[in-house]
Amino acid sequence: MRSTISSAESRIGEAAPHTGGQLPAAHRRTRERRNYRSTLAAAAFLLPGFLLFFLFVLGPLVFSFRISFYDWNIINSELSEWVGLENYTRALGDPVFRRAVINTIAYTVVTVPAQIILGVGVAILLNQAIRGRSFYRVIYYLPVITPWVIVSLVFEFIFVGQGGLANYLLKDVLHVTSENIRWLAHPILTFVPIFLLGIWKGIGWTAIIALAGLQSIPAAYEEAAAVDGATAWNRLRYITLPLLRPTLTFLTVVLTIGGLNAYISNLLITNGGDPQDKTHFILTLMYEATFEGLDFGYGAAISYLLTAFVLGMSVIQLRLLRKKVEL
Amino acid sequence: MRMSTGKRISRIASYTLLSLGALAMILPFWYMVATSLKPQAFIFEIPPRLWPSEATISNYVEALTKDSFGVYFLNSLIVALVSTGATVAVSAMMAFAFARFEFRWKEPIFYTLLLGMMIPPVMLIIPQFIVAKNLHLLDSLVGLIVVYVAMNLAVQTFLLRGFFEGIPRSLEEAATIDGASRWQTFWHVALPLVRPGLAVVAIFTFLYSWDEFPWAHVAIRETSKRTLPIGIALFQSEHLTEWGQVFAASIVAVVPVIAVFVIFQRYFIRGDVNSGTKG
Repeated sequence: MRSTISSAESRIGEAAPHTGGQLPAAHRRTRERRNYRSTLAAAAFLLPGFLLFFLFVLGPLVFSFRISFYDWNIINSELSEWVGLENYTRALGDPVFRRAVINTIAYTVVTVPAQIILGVGVAILLNQAIRGRSFYRVIYYLPVITPWVIVSLVFEFIFVGQGGLANYLLKDVLHVTSENIRWLAHPILTFVPIFLLGIWKGIGWTAIIALAGLQSIPAAYEEAAAVDGATAWNRLRYITLPLLRPTLTFLTVVLTIGGLNAYISNLLITNGGDPQDKTHFILTLMYEATFEGLDFGYGAAISYLLTAFVLGMSVIQLRLLRKKVEL
Repeated sequence: MRMSTGKRISRIASYTLLSLGALAMILPFWYMVATSLKPQAFIFEIPPRLWPSEATISNYVEALTKDSFGVYFLNSLIVALVSTGATVAVSAMMAFAFARFEFRWKEPIFYTLLLGMMIPPVMLIIPQFIVAKNLHLLDSLVGLIVVYVAMNLAVQTFLLRGFFEGIPRSLEEAATIDGASRWQTFWHVALPLVRPGLAVVAIFTFLYSWDEFPWAHVAIRETSKRTLPIGIALFQSEHLTEWGQVFAASIVAVVPVIAVFVIFQRYFIRGDVNSGTKG
């Protein structure tokens, strides 16, 4: 009983600042003093975190913007030369950058829908009264938690030209090809392991999120439709998927951001754009320009172009996908 | 209980599909384990075997003794544990302040922090490199830790604020009336109540720090400071054909992750759904 009273009091206490003008002066003074002390306490609690946040996140965000307008000198930043928009125009006119943009978009366009279709499929299967559900959940989630470096190397190894598992299956088991395919030396085929890896690693996460979404849909809707004689497909098409729309929107936006930021698998499997700089993603190109070419200004410009593109895509997707569900 | 034929068929189809999918999930891991147990001469054998004809643990011995994967493992462990502890502590403090204190510009400050959730992490690498260089944090584990904590703060504070706001105020107020300071209230009353939230934060930060590659790749040049992901990637690029050792080291790197996951499964799923972070 006491606790309900005190929580009611605290609620009054919260509302009080808005009526501050009507309080007697003495009350106001204690309140101000309490606010001041509260601010001081808050500062103490926030300080360590914000110090790190400013130094390594917010500061760098602003700093990077500045660098992108310079021919940045990493040894002595005083000697950096202001070049205006040149880094940006150079990127947009660079065929290697354009190719990287196309590759990155292709990766996103292929892997995002594939992850959603397969992940939602798995979620629908798991959303039944099924035995061993938590076992399947663990198995499907294993690729999600395994470090990118490790799974990238596994997929590279599977697609090795001589003696790789993929070629063995295609040539000796299925007889699709008579020659070993040199996946990793080809400017297009090298994307096969990269794309497959992106899909394979993301299904488990997509499925878990979709499963949570499915479980929040009241079973009554489906049951009512079943009683009315709707087929399983029609129930999925006209009831489940429309109600799952917020989850699907969330998945599309987050997976697209992830796809556009793909980096490690490409860096390891193509060795950073091999052959002939044709297989870069935007971020592997940024890495190469910055840390191998020591062209920090150009790298910063590329990273800002990518960020702008990512934010733009997110806004567009949210606009298009966020519609009210009508049943 | 009886089932109609149609139901039984759909039941069987469900299990078949799920099991096929599970097989596709497992196969690369299986192949990795099998390869790590093969002697070098059998790495590219044709046909590739899914289980070695003569299994050997020599790859593990080599990797852990000769090629300093032992050192990388230790580095990874230090970085992951310290980053996790620091992230839990710092983000819990921030989240508590946002959940319980009234102060000016509270929401604007909170939204500034949330901005950190929306920035693609790799775009910060260039300025982070310059900042770390000026603070002499390159080539040091501290340089990794501070960045990992900073990169996780936004999401984890956001997550924990929700947990703190979910506990009733009455307990903290009772403590205050009994004369507890704000810090004591935070430490003895509020923190124990959000333990599930702290577990989620700890698990995700640990996995993030264990997995992180892009920052460690630019910040660490010295061999003795490498973490496992860089150690494994660079070893592979230097010894192109020694896949047995690469995968032996990879399995050693993966075991802690899988252990953490299997033990803390239930937290995982909740954390993912709550915070929307993706591994």
